[in-house]
Amino acid sequence: MSDIRIDAISKSFGPTQVLKDVSLAIEAGEFVAVLGPSGCGKTTLLRCLAGFERLDGGAIAIGGEAVSTPRAHVPPESRGIGVVFQNYALWPHMSVAQNVAYGLKIAGIPRAERTKRVSRVLDLVALGPLANRRPADLSGGQRQRVALARCLAMESRVVLLDEPLANLDVHLRGALEEEFAAFHARSGATMFYITHDQAEALALADRVAVMNAGRILQFDRPQALFSQPASETVAGFIGEGRVLEAEDIRPLGNGRAAASLMGQTVELRCAPGERARGRAKISFHPGDLHLTETQGIAANITRATYRGAYLRAEVMAGPGGHVPLSVNIAAPASLTRGQRITLALRDGWVIPDAAA
Amino acid sequence: MSLTETLSKRPQRALRLPRWLTGEAALMLALVLFVGVLSIAPLARLAWAALLPQGQFDASRIADILGGRRVVGATLNTIWISVAATCLATVAGTLAALLTTLTDMRARTLWVFGFVLPLMIPPQVTALAWVQAFSPSSPVLGALGLSLPPGTRHPLYSMGGIIFLLGLYNAPLVFLSVRASLQRLPAALIEAAHSNGAGRGAVIRDIILPLIRGGVFAGAALAFVSSIGNFGIQAMLGIPARVETLITMIYRRLNSYGPSALNDMALLALLLAVLTVIGMTLTAWLGRKGDQRVDSAHRAPRMSLGRWQWPVGLAAWGYLLVGLALPLSALFAAALVRGYGQPLSAETITLENFANALFHHKGIREAFVTSFWITCTTVAVLIPVAVALGYVLTWRRGWVAKLLRLASELAYALPGIIIGVAMILFFLRPLPFIGTGLYGTVWVILAAYFSNFLALALRPVLGGYAQIDRALDEAAQLAGAGIFTRLRTIILPSVAPAATAAGILVFMTAINEIQTSVLLVSSRAQTIGPMIIFLEEAGSSTLAAAVGCLMVLLVLALMGVSLVFGRRLPEGVLPWRD
Repeated sequence: MSDIRIDAISKSFGPTQVLKDVSLAIEAGEFVAVLGPSGCGKTTLLRCLAGFERLDGGAIAIGGEAVSTPRAHVPPESRGIGVVFQNYALWPHMSVAQNVAYGLKIAGIPRAERTKRVSRVLDLVALGPLANRRPADLSGGQRQRVALARCLAMESRVVLLDEPLANLDVHLRGALEEEFAAFHARSGATMFYITHDQAEALALADRVAVMNAGRILQFDRPQALFSQPASETVAGFIGEGRVLEAEDIRPLGNGRAAASLMGQTVELRCAPGERARGRAKISFHPGDLHLTETQGIAANITRATYRGAYLRAEVMAGPGGHVPLSVNIAAPASLTRGQRITLALRDGWVIPDAAA
Repeated sequence: MSLTETLSKRPQRALRLPRWLTGEAALMLALVLFVGVLSIAPLARLAWAALLPQGQFDASRIADILGGRRVVGATLNTIWISVAATCLATVAGTLAALLTTLTDMRARTLWVFGFVLPLMIPPQVTALAWVQAFSPSSPVLGALGLSLPPGTRHPLYSMGGIIFLLGLYNAPLVFLSVRASLQRLPAALIEAAHSNGAGRGAVIRDIILPLIRGGVFAGAALAFVSSIGNFGIQAMLGIPARVETLITMIYRRLNSYGPSALNDMALLALLLAVLTVIGMTLTAWLGRKGDQRVDSAHRAPRMSLGRWQWPVGLAAWGYLLVGLALPLSALFAAALVRGYGQPLSAETITLENFANALFHHKGIREAFVTSFWITCTTVAVLIPVAVALGYVLTWRRGWVAKLLRLASELAYALPGIIIGVAMILFFLRPLPFIGTGLYGTVWVILAAYFSNFLALALRPVLGGYAQIDRALDEAAQLAGAGIFTRLRTIILPSVAPAATAAGILVFMTAINEIQTSVLLVSSRAQTIGPMIIFLEEAGSSTLAAAVGCLMVLLVLALMGVSLVFGRRLPEGVLPWRD
């Protein structure tokens, strides 16, 4: 089994604490993405899992075996973990086949079986004809497939990926994202994917851990992160979320609540245990606002831009006209600067009270 | 198939070392032992002998020795000579670097080769060549009728002569450091200044010089360390001129009084070490906050010399003519005549000296054989050690790595003669278990070479590490490879070009080495480096010249070979390649 249990780990470099009390429970075979801005500690988390960094506190267990604690440390070479590095770390002095075979050779697998396994794996990632090329002669996408083939050949039950798409062109990314999904399906390995790109994380992962300043803010399914953020930070980070303060929250039962937003009564989703509150933070996305002919929030357009499928309008809303909002309006529409419009909130989420 | 299945297929090794002795712990232990026994322990022994000779600190003894009239004189001479030579080298080296990197001077590659060449010639040979340059047989000055009439005092046998030669000898060190800084200089900064209306002079003064200050002072620090510890030039000119420096004083007293003078000389060696460290710290402080940006993507276009092309070219080639052709031609001329002072002509020309040096003189032949095999051993041992040490210094944190770095840098900075004194002290007494001492044998010289050249081997290797991605090693680690397997299969192929360059540098330096071995050679163990001084002291000037010529030819041959096979070497590791 290859489930990962990260239990309250902490790690400091000198005076800077990079990981603060991080816990994650990842099931065997799950695809987990860790999403966060650069410098949030996600790469350190990956290096702790791989065994390159020792822990200051807490414990990591993989498949039920403790691999990292402040006192005991299984070195990376004995963990049997595969890593796809940001630059793929292909050994430049070895051919593609030698790169893939290296770990098998170290493990003492006889030559005949090694050759067989390498050619099978290379065929799987469609690199068979390139087996004798050097990494320098490969394109970016081919290099990545070699790196994946290396993990496939080792039959690593846990594969860590360190921003593998960060250095690539946008048009390559889509194809390579598919490659990861196929790899995951084929190997059944537990995947741990580090990225700062939320589109990537939301598209690929079964569950996403949002990380900031050395802490995990929320660990949940992508849909839940988007529509039910647990905190203001997550709400603001995912999908251009907007957080506003609403008043007079009244639960209606069935996971819904009524609230007053800028003088208008709106109906929102809320957590099952939500209680009546005088004020609460609510979150929504630009697509949740729409134009209405009837009663709604008055707004003044300060800037309108054409985005292809929709129009994006930046507005100043509310009775005082000083709450900036972004609105997406479906395409055949004409909006101009200075135009007065009325907005209605179609959907929103009451962020649970952190203290509760 | 799963990992557990794979693991069960791994063959179990029959013999298992204890867990703490495998992998990195074993590597660290070996490195600490190597550096500890060969660098730290002898230097500690030196400090002990200097400060606590009878096991207790005696301030009045130290004051007596250091306060002696001759010691004070030698100390002042040492300081003045090294500071003045450093200034000279800094000016010449910086000008040369500016000229070759920023302008369109013609035949730059050849000129750079000629400018850097003196650095590769052993200093005792340089000194000998310059001494010969003013002799009647000198083809340049003799032909011009400028050679000295017999009986006049040789102009280089003076304080000024020592400073002049040391400055000339060390100018390439500053040149290399400044050139490296100039090559990193972002072109956009220079272009921005031009577009703001700054002329060429203003750009050099206001933009370039401030930005390369770090490189200039780093070069000056190297020139200082090299000047203060340069035994060859200080001895060849200083001893006849009676200009005593700390180095020549240590050498002469140890030669006259033997080991009985060791404790006092250890104190002088310590004083020399302190002066060296002070000088380095001072230059580092002056060059602090130097611009360290790395941007080689786009280099500034060269400035056109225009109508200055000819005057500047003339001055530059004139410098090489004086600094290189004059002494070397004299050296070859002296080697080709039968007796010192004979003019070179069709009647006097002979190859007898070369024949003697190569075939008939037993001492020279044995010394060469000894030098050759200990140099080969040094390269064979130090390159793997440097690769392993480079791994720890580049990619490992912690106090052991810091300590190793400090120790290897210290051994690099300290003049070779200090290592020599330390090695004598350390190996003078019989070794435990063996019962016999190594003093006076070739093994002490070998140990001193290990200690002295480790840092020289380390520098290019560290440069090689800086160019490889650490993830290459980590990926191999994840594949299950232990540290020794990784060093062999991943690291060594990646840093091989840099390691080759390190091997060439160590070989070229060690084969003609003089600073440490001059104290360690004995009747039983001679090396070729000090041979020139001994021959010159014994009056065999022409034979000494022939040996010097052979050394120069050997150096040139090695440089040529490295240029032919060196196309795959990383840029900047071979100083003589532009």
